[in-house]
Amino acid sequence: MTQEIAVLMEISAPTLDYRLLAPVLIVFGAAVVGVVVEALVPRAARRLTQVVVAFAALVAAMVMVGVNASAGTRIVEAVGSIAVDGPTLFLWGALILLTGLSLLVFLDRDVDDSPFTPSAASVPGGVTEQEAQEAGHAHTEVFPLTLFALSGMLVFPAANDLLTLFVALEVLSLPLYVLSGLARRRRLLSQESSLKYFLLGAMSSGFFLYGITLLYGYSGTFDYAGIAEAVLNPTQPAGLLIAGLGLLGMGLLFKVGAVPFHSWTPDVYVGAPTPVTGFMAACTKIAAVGALLRVLYVALGAARWDWQPALAVVAVLTMVVGAIMAVTQTDVKRILAYSSIVHAGFILTAIVGAHQLGSGAQAGAVTSIEAVLFYLAVYGASTIAAFALLTMVRDRGVEANNVSDWAGLAKKSPRVAAAFAFLLLSFAGIPLTSGFIGKWVVFAAAWGGGYAWLVIVAVLVSVVTAVFYFGIIVSMFFGEPAETSEVVEPSIPTLLAVAIGIAVTFVAGVVPGPLLELAAKAGEFVR
Amino acid sequence: MTHYLVLSALLFTIGAVGFTLRRNAIIAFMCVELMLNACNLSLIAFSRMHGNLDGQLFAFFVMVVAAAEVVIGLAIIVMIFRTRRSASVDDANLLKF
Repeated sequence: MTQEIAVLMEISAPTLDYRLLAPVLIVFGAAVVGVVVEALVPRAARRLTQVVVAFAALVAAMVMVGVNASAGTRIVEAVGSIAVDGPTLFLWGALILLTGLSLLVFLDRDVDDSPFTPSAASVPGGVTEQEAQEAGHAHTEVFPLTLFALSGMLVFPAANDLLTLFVALEVLSLPLYVLSGLARRRRLLSQESSLKYFLLGAMSSGFFLYGITLLYGYSGTFDYAGIAEAVLNPTQPAGLLIAGLGLLGMGLLFKVGAVPFHSWTPDVYVGAPTPVTGFMAACTKIAAVGALLRVLYVALGAARWDWQPALAVVAVLTMVVGAIMAVTQTDVKRILAYSSIVHAGFILTAIVGAHQLGSGAQAGAVTSIEAVLFYLAVYGASTIAAFALLTMVRDRGVEANNVSDWAGLAKKSPRVAAAFAFLLLSFAGIPLTSGFIGKWVVFAAAWGGGYAWLVIVAVLVSVVTAVFYFGIIVSMFFGEPAETSEVVEPSIPTLLAVAIGIAVTFVAGVVPGPLLELAAKAGEFVR
Repeated sequence: MTHYLVLSALLFTIGAVGFTLRRNAIIAFMCVELMLNACNLSLIAFSRMHGNLDGQLFAFFVMVVAAAEVVIGLAIIVMIFRTRRSASVDDANLLKF
């Protein structure tokens, strides 16, 4: 026994390949630097310093992703805890670029009218808030917080054991809880969204952790490969596997925003500062779907027959409930929130299909991973642009999100109305937009995986979603101009973010070839 | 062995039920902590069962994460309390469909 323990206690120092882990380390390091900047740099220069640090880190991280990608890396690094393979590198690239796009929207307007409150700790409408506003204070911490969240998001889909997965989940969630409480206007709503997000997020991570525990009980290891082996050669009762799988899936589906774990999504998306909402809608979804894919395909691929039917039900519920709820909404931001739930459902159809080379896909057919990667990247770009446009329509400085405020927008600002209409067409999946190609590939993957009925449901839901997207477009172009709202001149960074988002939506819709090829080249997960 | 797992499941259930029933944000949050600690107990029980240290190691990470969560959580709850003079989750009802 003592000998056995002595063997267990032998801990050898791991060798790390820093080139492979560089994107994560750079982003995390820059976040730490950002915290130091808060402490040391004088207030006047802080915002500029933070912006420089953040964008320099994103550029450096992106370069390292490119270096790793050109080397064609497929390896499990850091003592089996991080898998750097094609899908990981694709997701890293998408996450870093889309975070850069979100940060542009974060920079909207000057300090005295930024989307973020001058003093989060003060009581809304109180004296402290007033003083902070007059002194020109700003929470420049949003930049390091975003980078911390991003570093969690980078690790989340790359995690190759459940311990790393759990830590990454918390690292990405905790900064987001804070960020969603920092809105400048409507601070009560913002604080409330922060509380709801935090409490529900903490509860979901409790369930997530219990799922991990049960899977550990089932397999005796946290390693994905070890779990996959235990599924093939079980030594413990299957109940542990099923319960663990269900609870773990619950935690992940909560982050994805799938029904019935979606109830936080509309509230948090509406309450959070709009740039943060765009960041969450694009990047959290990418990270969570990436992690869900890897857990289901690598660790639990052999238990496919157990999770496919359950996930199919979740996908149907997500699409149907999301679409029905969206139809009944009158708030544009809330409609976009429900729309993001519906899109999560569309992505789930491809995951349910599990159409991979290992499970009978022909070479050259659209695989599930390829379809999901493509969909996430293009949906992220469109959704950040859409939320950036929301910041432009205002009523006495406050965002006017009611559909009635958006009526007749084309007469006030044809450009904003046209841009928003184009993005809505993409969400609805009209040809010549990236949304159409994205839907096409995920449905092709689901169909190829033998889930034709799910595709039929999804296509019907697409028709329903078109109802509310077109409702907004019709009201923008043919409605009587609303007296209550005006279109404010956007700042240059926001304009740039919108332009890039729309360009991606258009180019990926007209010539999807290069991006699809990139997603196809990402190939399969390393095991 | 089974006793520990049953106790852990009971604690987890108490936490989950408490979270849904209690109205005070602080108590709801304490219930989440109870859920996390229930997980720790079963991690250690499973670690003993499988004869490896992975589960015990994980328990340390859970403790650290729980501590970090407390920092963020209490800050948010205090912020809400200063605004509303109440920490009840029923009072936070401005956002609904």
